[in-house]
Amino acid sequence: MDVAAALDRLAPRLSPKAAGVVSPRRLSGGASLETWAFDLDDGTPLILRRRSAGTALRDEALPLVSEAALIAAADAVGAPVPRVVHVCEEIDGLGEAYVMRRLEGETLGRRIVRDEAFADVRPGLSRRCGEVLTQIHSVPTEGLPDLAISDARGELARYEAVYRQIGAERPILEAAFRWLEATAPPPPEQPVLVHGDFRNGNLMIHPQQGLVGVLDWELAHLGDPAEDLGWICVNSWRFGEWRRPVGGFGDYDDLLAGYGGEISLDRVRFWQALGSLKWGVMCLMMYQSFATGADRSIERAMIGRRTSETEIDLVALMESAA
Amino acid sequence: MISHPTAAELFEAIAAFQATPGDPSDPRQVFLARVTDNARSTLAREAEHGARLETEALARLRTLLGQDGEFARLNARLCQALHDGTISPRDPALLAHLRATAVGHIAIDQPGYGGLAALGAG
Repeated sequence: MDVAAALDRLAPRLSPKAAGVVSPRRLSGGASLETWAFDLDDGTPLILRRRSAGTALRDEALPLVSEAALIAAADAVGAPVPRVVHVCEEIDGLGEAYVMRRLEGETLGRRIVRDEAFADVRPGLSRRCGEVLTQIHSVPTEGLPDLAISDARGELARYEAVYRQIGAERPILEAAFRWLEATAPPPPEQPVLVHGDFRNGNLMIHPQQGLVGVLDWELAHLGDPAEDLGWICVNSWRFGEWRRPVGGFGDYDDLLAGYGGEISLDRVRFWQALGSLKWGVMCLMMYQSFATGADRSIERAMIGRRTSETEIDLVALMESAA
Repeated sequence: MISHPTAAELFEAIAAFQATPGDPSDPRQVFLARVTDNARSTLAREAEHGARLETEALARLRTLLGQDGEFARLNARLCQALHDGTISPRDPALLAHLRATAVGHIAIDQPGYGGLAALGAG
């Protein structure tokens, strides 16, 4: 498919002043989901998200039309998100796709936690993440697209089943499953809209304005609000800044103060540990696609060796709880 | 022995990458070349420390389980004991073994990982 030509045809529907697009370029991204950056010839900066032709929808990932609906719902409650401009229809010739505004900023965690350019916004980021999560979790759940519902025990069971199926023998992960099972909080009284992947990499950070966009909504679901707060505290996204538990840039107190709700640090730490455990199982899953021959790239082989980073983090968490 | 992937699988993946022609200016190719360099460094560290770490882990497992046997068998037995609840995840002797195991693995896989320093500080 010629994405550039299809975008040219679509341009007038994206902005009344536009007749075509300028320099469409594919950004690096997943194998099944494409991200294209382009500008309209009236200067509007945009992003196209589309599913590559012929790729099946992954089990957990949302259809793009649902993703666009969630971004619009988060936008409606004032959460910082890229505004959805257009959800593609068959006539657009782009397949399953939508167009949104392109935000200015940085998503690379390594830069956000360390670069001088972000020194001014870093001190306020943790609190801001808490505030933004309050907004996302306040989205009315009636009228949202169909979403999976999960809680702590359900997530544990799901990932333990994957771990058993892989057949790895990792005593640290075994211990973590039993420890977390024994300490799992009850399901929340009212499940909320959970972003599901709220971490460095999916947060657009502007050097002056801070958090300007929450991206990548494909793992959104209904569940425990503490899940999002815990996920951003997983050490794997701190990029070496392990002393700052929130994304490598902030502290628990600021995150919880920004959230302003009734979530205890213990509950956040539980979900942080479950997050490390999930990431460990995901690393094994990605390795398995190498082992089975589905993807023989060295990248898939090597990511299996990141399981040990989650193990050392889990040991630290288990020790501090023992 | 470290698995998922094993050293042999990493050697195989490196060889496969080298045998596949690619455009060196392609960003994906640049990325994969960097991953391949990391894999080589991991293998070098494993060649240097792997055998010693396994000997130490085996000695710990024998003490922890009170049984003799080779590493893979005892490691599987520990996993089973954790799974069926015979050993509690809060058992101090277990945690000491898990800590040493994690420190050994990260020394091979990612010696610069922040979690190592964090564990030392905690």
